[in-house]
Amino acid sequence: MTNYLEVRNLSKRFGDFSALGDVSLDVVEGEFVCFLGPSGCGKTTLLRAIAGLDPQTSGTIRQKGRDVSALPPAQRDFGIVFQSYALFPNLTVADNVGYGLVNRRQNRGAIARRVAELLAMVGLPDAGPKYPAQLSGGQQQRVALARALATSPGLLLLDEPLSALDARVRLRLRHEIKALQRTLGVTTIMVTHDQEEALTMADRIVVMNQGAIEQVGTPQEIYRRPATAFVADFVGSMNFLAGTLMAPDRVRVAGVDFACPVQDGLAPGQKVSLCIRPEDVRVRDLPADIVNRVPVEVAELDFVGAFCRATLKARAAAEVAVTADFSSNLIRDLGVDIGTKLDIALPPDRLRVFA
Amino acid sequence: MSLAVPSLKVGLSRDDLMMRAGVLVLAGVLLVMVGLPLWALLAKGFEDRDGKFIGLANYISYFSTPALFQSALNSLQVASITTVIVVPLAFLYAYALTRTVLPMRWLFQGISLIPIFAPSLLPGLALIYLFGTQGFLKVLLGGGSIYGIDGIVIAQVFYCFPHATLILTTALATADARLYEAADVLGTSKRRVFFTVTLPGAKYGLISAALVVFTLVMTDFGIAKVIGGNFNVLATDVYKKVIGQQDFSMGAVVGMVLLAPAALAFLVDRLVQRKQVALLTARAVPLVPRPKFARDLFFTLFCLLVSAAILAILGMAIWGSLIKYWPYNLSLTLDNYDFAKFDSNGWDSYWNSVRMALGAAVFGTVLMFTGAWLNEKTRGFGAMRGVVQLLAFLPMAVPGLVLGLGYIFFFNAPNNPLNFLYATMGILVLNTVAHFYTVGHLTATTALKQIDPEFEAVSASLKVPVWKTFARVTAPICLPAILDIAIYLFVNAMTTVSSVIFLYAPDTKLASVAAVNIEEAGTTAAAAALCVVIVLTSAAVKAAHLVADRFLFARLQVWRRR
Ligand SMILES: Nc1ncnc2c1ncn2[C@@H]1O[C@H](COP(=O)(O)OP(=O)(O)OP(=O)(O)O)[C@@H](O)[C@H]1O
Ligand SMILES: [Mg+2]
Repeated sequence: MTNYLEVRNLSKRFGDFSALGDVSLDVVEGEFVCFLGPSGCGKTTLLRAIAGLDPQTSGTIRQKGRDVSALPPAQRDFGIVFQSYALFPNLTVADNVGYGLVNRRQNRGAIARRVAELLAMVGLPDAGPKYPAQLSGGQQQRVALARALATSPGLLLLDEPLSALDARVRLRLRHEIKALQRTLGVTTIMVTHDQEEALTMADRIVVMNQGAIEQVGTPQEIYRRPATAFVADFVGSMNFLAGTLMAPDRVRVAGVDFACPVQDGLAPGQKVSLCIRPEDVRVRDLPADIVNRVPVEVAELDFVGAFCRATLKARAAAEVAVTADFSSNLIRDLGVDIGTKLDIALPPDRLRVFA
Repeated sequence: MSLAVPSLKVGLSRDDLMMRAGVLVLAGVLLVMVGLPLWALLAKGFEDRDGKFIGLANYISYFSTPALFQSALNSLQVASITTVIVVPLAFLYAYALTRTVLPMRWLFQGISLIPIFAPSLLPGLALIYLFGTQGFLKVLLGGGSIYGIDGIVIAQVFYCFPHATLILTTALATADARLYEAADVLGTSKRRVFFTVTLPGAKYGLISAALVVFTLVMTDFGIAKVIGGNFNVLATDVYKKVIGQQDFSMGAVVGMVLLAPAALAFLVDRLVQRKQVALLTARAVPLVPRPKFARDLFFTLFCLLVSAAILAILGMAIWGSLIKYWPYNLSLTLDNYDFAKFDSNGWDSYWNSVRMALGAAVFGTVLMFTGAWLNEKTRGFGAMRGVVQLLAFLPMAVPGLVLGLGYIFFFNAPNNPLNFLYATMGILVLNTVAHFYTVGHLTATTALKQIDPEFEAVSASLKVPVWKTFARVTAPICLPAILDIAIYLFVNAMTTVSSVIFLYAPDTKLASVAAVNIEEAGTTAAAAALCVVIVLTSAAVKAAHLVADRFLFARLQVWRRR
């Protein structure tokens, strides 16, 4: 597998403010990569630097082996969809989609055929003669996508393409965009601050925070093995229990020792957080000799739809609280209610430790 | 240890190069149109009649000549009094238009704009008919005379009223209904609501209106010329020095003195406006006035009164222009419209005005819109864009008379390669476009800021040259703003006197200037007739614009429909 895009030591400053600090990243050909992070972390800045729209202060970008670091956008190879879609309001949908084709000295028939093909591809075969204002948000989004793909760019850049849409349309478009990307095999980078979007659409996720990359990995890696406390907290829900590392594989929380995966980078005696996802907390059929068993009492029970989120207080130390996801079955079977006393276990392979 | 990372040198695309070249050309054009003439004026003030540098001698002699210095005080006095009268009047009128339920609101709004379409001469002439030596209401003045400060102030009130009303209408229209609802819920008294919500909300509008009126009066020339009598002001001094005594250096000095308050007012206004931006929130809910009998009746009567006064002044000018021999033979005639009898140019000066206004509208609109676009959309090149921005804002602070004077010094210099423009139609167009540059530039910039900022990025990614997107997308979308600019330029070119009074040649004399000359020669009726023709022309153009906006546009711009 070859790297389609290589970003090396990219920095971007706005006056005294550092929006990107020394960012490096590889994107493989045909891959769908999501930049995920909180508002203001520099996702858009990185995307626009890759496009050449707001060039970096320093660092290099290579696209398909070619150094494009200093090239203006017009000399790079990409299609882009903005959050606002930036459709030309005074041109018909067909003219919008064909905008980049007209310049390539193709004859009218060829252009019309290509436009029809693109509109069919995004599921709007009859929208050609309409104006953008006559389309719904979701339809406008697809037109913008068709326009960006019209010239068959090697790289597709999407800046929060779905954030202006309502929840239902967003869900449907997620699948459509992903399917389209897979069919065309176009290398794609999408910016989002919606973790669900990133988890469902991306081949790999780049989690960013304060102008730096926190972790790069597949959705499973990011979710299962977050590399930093920030990633653990930002993606999905996570319990953080304050404790002390006693041995490379033991953490003491409120006087009780827990077995955990071996920690290489941390020194014994260090203050750490012991982390576990709510859905990883075990309650059912605990063997008698199970490790990391904690007797708890149910303090709160919040109905969230498909399951209930329970707040559990350790009976030995009421200040230690853990949230756990209980299925409706489980609640019925075990007769769980507020005040119920039960035992839980924190499986060591599901525990993460962060400094 | 940290190594200094060399900052990236970004390559330029063809688009970038083209746009930068455009910005450079624009900066050059503005330098010729605005910067260099002002520089020439500044330099002239330090020279004697033979062009030798004499330092501050002219200024010293200016400030030690009591008569000249008195003019500056007179100007300040007239400007202050007019401001104090116009701003409250305009505030009430704007309040009526925006915050009360007014029958036939559009008509009242339209009437308030009438003075904009007239040369400033017109109210002066109307007052002469009403209160002059032969005026039929002269008895009302007791033994007083309309020639002098009273006449100037009344005419200035008429002339400045629409400008203040426009600003205050905008300021009051952007009120947030939620503030009033909150005050209502809290049971605040109407009086307190007015002083704690309404007035502070319009504060910046009030300051802006006051500054604009003050500057207009300080720099206007037509009114003081016609009805000032022996009451000298700065603007008439410049005229007398230059046209009467051919003392260009002293004219330049008076011009600089005239420039100071105008520039100061402009600076204050910019500072105030910058603060205002933070006040407007996107979530404000527009206020829709509800009927309230007593209040609405009061404001309707008030608007009727003001409108009647405006119409009376306009009507008087029209009537006067149609009368055979005031006040002895009141039968009606069109003789006064046979301008050849009063001025050797006859109707030619009118057609010159139309040609000049068309030229300014076309050339000015293209320059202002393209220029604003270049300056908004060029990537990088910050310093040069800053220069353009400065030169585009400068004309707002420069009185027309002063700019016109600068044009004489700059373009008439024998060693200037542009000397051939002197005494042509070209210099009149150039001067008019320069004089009104700022408003057009601002209108264009505002319109450009309202459209999606990513059009250029999209066209770069699609490899479409940026000028193509300008022509196919940006300009068509901004068509309403472009037309606004063109109409603004046309109307102002028709009515302007001050900036072109020094620049016309015998065969390029403009109607507004001819009116001044005819009036000087003592034929009030023909001067009024010429003013009436100007009003009718500019009002007709504006009306055509409104009609086109409503009917033609709806067809051209189907894409705006949802
Ligand atoms: N032109 C600019 N001038 C100064 N600061 C800027 C500029 N553009 C962005 N920034 C700052 O750089 C940081 C990163 O901005 P960026 O737009 O990349 O964030 P983002 O991750 O895309 O956030 P969001 O999710 O809100 O879009 C922010 O703190 C922002 O305020
Ligand atoms: Mg962003």
